[in-house]
Amino acid sequence: MFGILASIVDGLLIGTVYGMAAMGLTLIWGVMNVVNLTHGAMIVAGMFALFLIGDWLGISPYAIMPPVAVIGFGAGVLIYWLSVHRMIGRPPLMSLLSTFAVNLVLIGLGTDLWGTKLFNIPVSLPGLSYEGYTFPGTHLMAAALTGVIAVLLFLFLDKTRSGKAIRAVAGNRVAAELVGIPTTRVLALAFGLGVALACVSGALIATMFPFTVLSGNAYQLKSFVVTILGGLGNPAGAFLGGIALGLIEGLATPFMPVSWTSVIEFVLFVLVLIAFPRGLFNFTFRRS
Amino acid sequence: MALLNFFRKPFFWVIVAVTAAFIAVPLWHSDVALRESLVLAAVYIILASNLNLMIGYAGYVNFGSIVFFGLGGYIGVFLIIDYGWPPALAALAAGAVVSTLALVLGLGILRLHGFYFALATIGVNQAVQSFVSNFTPWGGASGIYISMSSYQALGGPMKALWTIYFLLVTVMAASLLLSHGIKSSKFGLGLLAIGQNEDAAAVLGVPTPLYKALAYSVSAYLPAVAGCLYFFKSAFIQPVDAFDLSFSTEAVVMVMLGGQSTVAGPAIGAFLYEELRGWLLTSATFSNFQLVVAGALLLLIVTFAPGGVMGFIHRYLPKTRKILE
Repeated sequence: MFGILASIVDGLLIGTVYGMAAMGLTLIWGVMNVVNLTHGAMIVAGMFALFLIGDWLGISPYAIMPPVAVIGFGAGVLIYWLSVHRMIGRPPLMSLLSTFAVNLVLIGLGTDLWGTKLFNIPVSLPGLSYEGYTFPGTHLMAAALTGVIAVLLFLFLDKTRSGKAIRAVAGNRVAAELVGIPTTRVLALAFGLGVALACVSGALIATMFPFTVLSGNAYQLKSFVVTILGGLGNPAGAFLGGIALGLIEGLATPFMPVSWTSVIEFVLFVLVLIAFPRGLFNFTFRRS
Repeated sequence: MALLNFFRKPFFWVIVAVTAAFIAVPLWHSDVALRESLVLAAVYIILASNLNLMIGYAGYVNFGSIVFFGLGGYIGVFLIIDYGWPPALAALAAGAVVSTLALVLGLGILRLHGFYFALATIGVNQAVQSFVSNFTPWGGASGIYISMSSYQALGGPMKALWTIYFLLVTVMAASLLLSHGIKSSKFGLGLLAIGQNEDAAAVLGVPTPLYKALAYSVSAYLPAVAGCLYFFKSAFIQPVDAFDLSFSTEAVVMVMLGGQSTVAGPAIGAFLYEELRGWLLTSATFSNFQLVVAGALLLLIVTFAPGGVMGFIHRYLPKTRKILE
């Protein structure tokens, strides 16, 4: 019995990280109505940033999270200028394709540099044992850090001037422009933040599981599922959606082969999308 | 009378000429390598041309169109191997099954618009892929292998490859004719109206939910037929190849490259993309950068030339509008 509970708890811990990745995706959607298809590639970029910086400096992976976030933010702003800025307000196909194009370039460069071999970041962190089950230290640490980052994000969006500007632009871009908010800069800021969240969650995933250059696709799809569960454009919903996905994975693992969980996830994804296109946890942050 | 007009249009004869070239050129040289590259080109043209019915005409971005191809492949191969159906019949049956499924599914997911629809199509593809990966009658994740004896009915493997090639070219011609026929029909006009402004189209009496679901279903038929033929020819099918999401996105790139909502555009885009890919893969400098070049090219098209190749041709050679539709 406790085994099932332990599996659920572990699922919830990992779910918070899915939630953070999805917050990055949904923040961008909420502010500029763009589905960022570089999301998966940027999750992988976070993984490799952690790996390379760790290799170079030889310090604890958790100390490298802030520089990973900064790199992610910079990359996000760059991607915004390169591929998203011209697509704002154009049909959905355009931004889907332009971000997908950047994704192709990044994955192409990645496979050229590192091939598709498996990477692994050894982290020595004592786990927590209880009744014969051990919760890995990396999972606990990842969930704790994700919680901190989520709180910081909500404080930023709620209290700071830039955060309020982001919410204003999400609510009504024209009105925001009329009251003197530099909307273009705000859009770039939001895109940078979204990508930074993707990078940091990628780095946290890299402390838990082995990865390759092509891992991004699977995590990007998980982010889609989470975002839809939470309602597109709703960071708080995305966080809850991530936890819900972790719960589903944790709950399913003791009862069925692992390969069936993705069937459940995607069927649920399509059903929720058809039945509740606004998400299950729909208290939008656009209302302000 | 309408049919007669159809034959009088110059574009009909363009389609006939292209099909004749696809059949004659590899036969003339009896060149197997050329035939193999043309097989890929024909498959690309089939996928892009049918995808254009959704993207170009109805304005709905189907990112998971490969699910039709893969599912058609699985159903067709299953019918050939387990029930001994002749390949051509199995392909037609697979198309009918997939098309029916698409109609039912379409009535559901086509209530979604824009990004929501695009995400749903990705979800459908992934759901089917993960289901088939676990479905033991179809070999699960390792897929189905086709033994050499299955090709005896077509006169041995060598002859069978040629037969399947001709069948694929026929499906390609059918795709182009279908796209051309739909564009000049009332149904096509309705779809184009939906693509321009769905609410306005509905107000003017276009039965939008029905037309969209029909377009989704029709765009599933020929890719499923082609999927059956293609995977029968490859002699094995597995979920990773059959439902490869990146292949499906490449099809979107082909439609954009050639020019969406034209008939010739997606075919031109598909052919150019196949040639480009072949050239990049064999070139010494670029072989590792194939994806990088494709990505950069796509970004340039989307940013600066959203009309694609056909946009250029029509702008600088306005007279071609009458011939290349």
